[in-house]
Amino acid sequence: MANENENIKIVENATCTFCGCVCDDMELHVDLNEKRITKAKNACVLGRAWFAEHTIEDAPAAMIDGEEVSVDEAIEEAAQTLVNAKFPITYGLSDTTCEAQRQAVAISDYIKGNIDTTTSVCHGPSGLAFQGVGESTSTLGEVKNRADLVIYWGGNPAESHPRHFGRYAVTPKGMFTPNGKKDRTVVLVDVRKTKSAPVADIFIKPIPGKDFEVLWALRALVKGSKLSSNIEEETGVPLETLSDLAERMKNCRFGVLFFGMGLTMTRGRHFNSGALLALATDLNEYTHFVAKPVRGHGNVTGADNVVSWQTGYPFGVNFSRGYPRFNPGEFTTVDTLSNGDADAALIIASDPGSNFPKKAIEHLKNIPVITLDTKNTDTTKLSHVAFRTATYGINTTGTVYRMDDVPITLRSAFDSPFPDDETILTSIKKRVHELVLAKHYAGGASGEAKVAAINPL
Amino acid sequence: MSASMRIVNGKVYDPANNVDGEIKEICIENGKVVDSVSDEASIVDAQGMVVMPGGIDIHCHIAGPKVNAARKLQPEDHRHDVHPGTPFTRSGSGGTTPSTFATGYRYATLGYTTAMEAAVTPIGARHTLEEFHDTPIIDKGFYVLLGNNIFLQNLIREKRMEEFDQAVAWWVSSTKAYTVKLVNPGGDEPWKGKRNSNVSDIDEKTDEDLSPRQIIEAFIKTVNKQGYPHPPHIHCNNLGHSGNYRTTLETMKTAGDMRAHIAHIQFHSYGGELGKNPISKAAEIAEYVNSHPNITCDVGQVMFGKSTIMTADAPLAYVLKGHSKGKWVNVDTECESGCGILPFTYQEHIYMHTLQWAIGLELFLLSEDPWRIILSTDHPNGGSFMAYPKLIKLLMDEKFRHEEMKRVNQKALLKCSLPELKREYTLNEIAIITRAGPAKALGLKSKGHLGTGADADITIYDVMDDKEMMFSAPRYVIKSGHMIIENHEFKTDFTGKLLHITPEYDKKIEEIVQPFFENYYSIEFSNYAVDDRYLHDHEIIQTGINKV
Repeated sequence: MANENENIKIVENATCTFCGCVCDDMELHVDLNEKRITKAKNACVLGRAWFAEHTIEDAPAAMIDGEEVSVDEAIEEAAQTLVNAKFPITYGLSDTTCEAQRQAVAISDYIKGNIDTTTSVCHGPSGLAFQGVGESTSTLGEVKNRADLVIYWGGNPAESHPRHFGRYAVTPKGMFTPNGKKDRTVVLVDVRKTKSAPVADIFIKPIPGKDFEVLWALRALVKGSKLSSNIEEETGVPLETLSDLAERMKNCRFGVLFFGMGLTMTRGRHFNSGALLALATDLNEYTHFVAKPVRGHGNVTGADNVVSWQTGYPFGVNFSRGYPRFNPGEFTTVDTLSNGDADAALIIASDPGSNFPKKAIEHLKNIPVITLDTKNTDTTKLSHVAFRTATYGINTTGTVYRMDDVPITLRSAFDSPFPDDETILTSIKKRVHELVLAKHYAGGASGEAKVAAINPL
Repeated sequence: MSASMRIVNGKVYDPANNVDGEIKEICIENGKVVDSVSDEASIVDAQGMVVMPGGIDIHCHIAGPKVNAARKLQPEDHRHDVHPGTPFTRSGSGGTTPSTFATGYRYATLGYTTAMEAAVTPIGARHTLEEFHDTPIIDKGFYVLLGNNIFLQNLIREKRMEEFDQAVAWWVSSTKAYTVKLVNPGGDEPWKGKRNSNVSDIDEKTDEDLSPRQIIEAFIKTVNKQGYPHPPHIHCNNLGHSGNYRTTLETMKTAGDMRAHIAHIQFHSYGGELGKNPISKAAEIAEYVNSHPNITCDVGQVMFGKSTIMTADAPLAYVLKGHSKGKWVNVDTECESGCGILPFTYQEHIYMHTLQWAIGLELFLLSEDPWRIILSTDHPNGGSFMAYPKLIKLLMDEKFRHEEMKRVNQKALLKCSLPELKREYTLNEIAIITRAGPAKALGLKSKGHLGTGADADITIYDVMDDKEMMFSAPRYVIKSGHMIIENHEFKTDFTGKLLHITPEYDKKIEEIVQPFFENYYSIEFSNYAVDDRYLHDHEIIQTGINKV
């Protein structure tokens, strides 16, 4: 137990925001003197690292061109930069709270800019497929309670979402699955035998890039159509294996298809996601069947939701005409950067400077960039204005949406000397709105319109 | 703080205070209607105009998980109906599922100042409250879905009714809801657990011990006992099916003389044989409602054109998917609810759609007590709330109604009494079905009227012969004493507030709910109840006043 010199606080039912599982059963042991988490009970290996690494570093809260400045000066500079830009873009958002995301969309609206989230480089194609065919889906608790057939497609949760099996989908005992894994058949479809394979009862290995063909063949088999005899040659999967899976899908009580970026970011992209969602929909003619993308970042699902409720569209949104327009491929960030459209960027809790295509990064280096991040990153290093912020779910409260759209509340473990994203973004928004209103009046608005906004949203 | 104001020379329609078109002064101070204001108060000259309380939508779907899924689903619905911002207001997108900001502003542009989201899963309450915070101008609340809640059904099955009372109060309080909502009670388990089937009768046992009627009765009893301001809001079984009026009558009879609200009753007023084309049973339904003052209902009028079906009645959405053959969303919420969403279009030439349109109008026109048959389109299921002005014109203008009847399926008109109905609604009656009636049914004592102490939520319309035009564009809209729209232009932004109730419960109930939770939910019990951080400006409406 804690000795006298330690000042240990225990936070129960805290939430881990590392991945889209958003497990909310953490027991965090916090050393308040050292300002760090010494133990995260119930966390997986990724969660433990997440909690251990987010200590308080000795760094300036705000910098302009690498020089320390006050937060207020940085807010002023950020607001001026954004308001004066012709094509300002906002990007990131998947590792911060919904409260901060709401402010970010407001800023983009006021400055008639562009807003996009990391969805555009992960499950964006699933979002497009959703618009095309819809989705039969469920919350994860329903999978735990009911699913007797669980299929993972193009994902490796053992390494990317380590508690997905144990907490939600494979081993937990639920209302109609009292024996846990014994009551379920688990199938893994992937182009290589990953660390997730041992959990599967059936492993299916298509030829890389042939997921669409396999899904389409399954749709045909489910509907009773005959397949051409060269299906194995085409896809790498024998006809008997496909027929067996189709029968299992039709005859299960409650089936679920989880899918990952192995499906969405390979040849076919949204066609692949669409084929999978259509397959799940088709199966509802025979039994109850759902599908669900296994989302990566802690609050990428929240970003989709916030951007959707404020604009009508999930990502890749542009306000330059004074209202939201949606056009992935044009208003998605890799494109606004690679095409050279953006002339200022507000990057929130994301590091495109390290993981975007070279051309996009080159453009990012040539325009004023404003970053909010908890750490030094390749993107903060090339920033004009850089804010160091508190970590969501460790130093802040707020809301995060799990991969199944369930909103979960955060508990703060210990205080950070740095402001949180919501605070910084709210200040930038207020200043931006003042500047926009000033421009409006200067542009000769009538006396009547000069009524100050009460309670601006 | 809002300015003080004096509205002069307007024809005032305030049915709750028996004011029917009198020229009368209305004074406003600190967001409330007051007896008098000082001479410094600004003057609003309403000469040639009609003054009414702000409109109240008792049943719509405007926020939360299913609404947002419907927004994401339909970029095509937003693209053709953009909502530009102004220096004072945010931008957004429209269509049948507008973005949050567009929703608030558009209600305001119709003169509506309060709207109730009619179906939210408990686990989705946080999401709904976050969206409400971004839904400007209007006050809002939501009804929490409890009719297919497995834990509560278990208590009914085991006849543990005292614990049931406590658990319902706990759920309503913990989610910041306004009342309980039942949707196709008993229908979720067949859908999720029995290969997408459904219950077909109010007395059909979904398992050896439980029927929809038992669920309905249990909720009506507990809510009446505890005296919630608004009774259980019930979406009956068999929505949309021919012959379902019997289920609806049986549901109302289950209430006895206790208060109950039947949602979008138009969709539940069909005669005929199951599987065949329906005929109208509006007269039978209207007669029952007319003669039972404990029942309130909203109509759920169908308006021709684009709609979005979104419902916790998942089997129904699946049936409609079979007709539309287009994209479809299904969302199962653990232990609590189902949900179905799909784009839909009501077409004049289709028998069924015309009959639905006609039955809604019949219900309005056969109603003898406008206080209890309330205007709604079940937005966006029967059509968008933006169609309310046209609906008002259909009710106020018999000639227009007959013009419209020429364009619809004539066979369907033979199966209802609409062509014979001569009645035209008066402005006073419109003020009742859009303002005073819903306020009364909701137990909102400071809304729906313009007496002293009322919230200063006021709409001022130019008098016009074309009632659709008139109700489409109020000249002034005042919300909580703030001049929001002046001469048809937005002058400021305003957040509005949440309306919710906090029925009392014995804390011990949490110990009974918790083990169930730990076994069958996927989030932790202590992270489930919604804390006060999710309230923006809010008002708790008192429980217990209507106790029986």
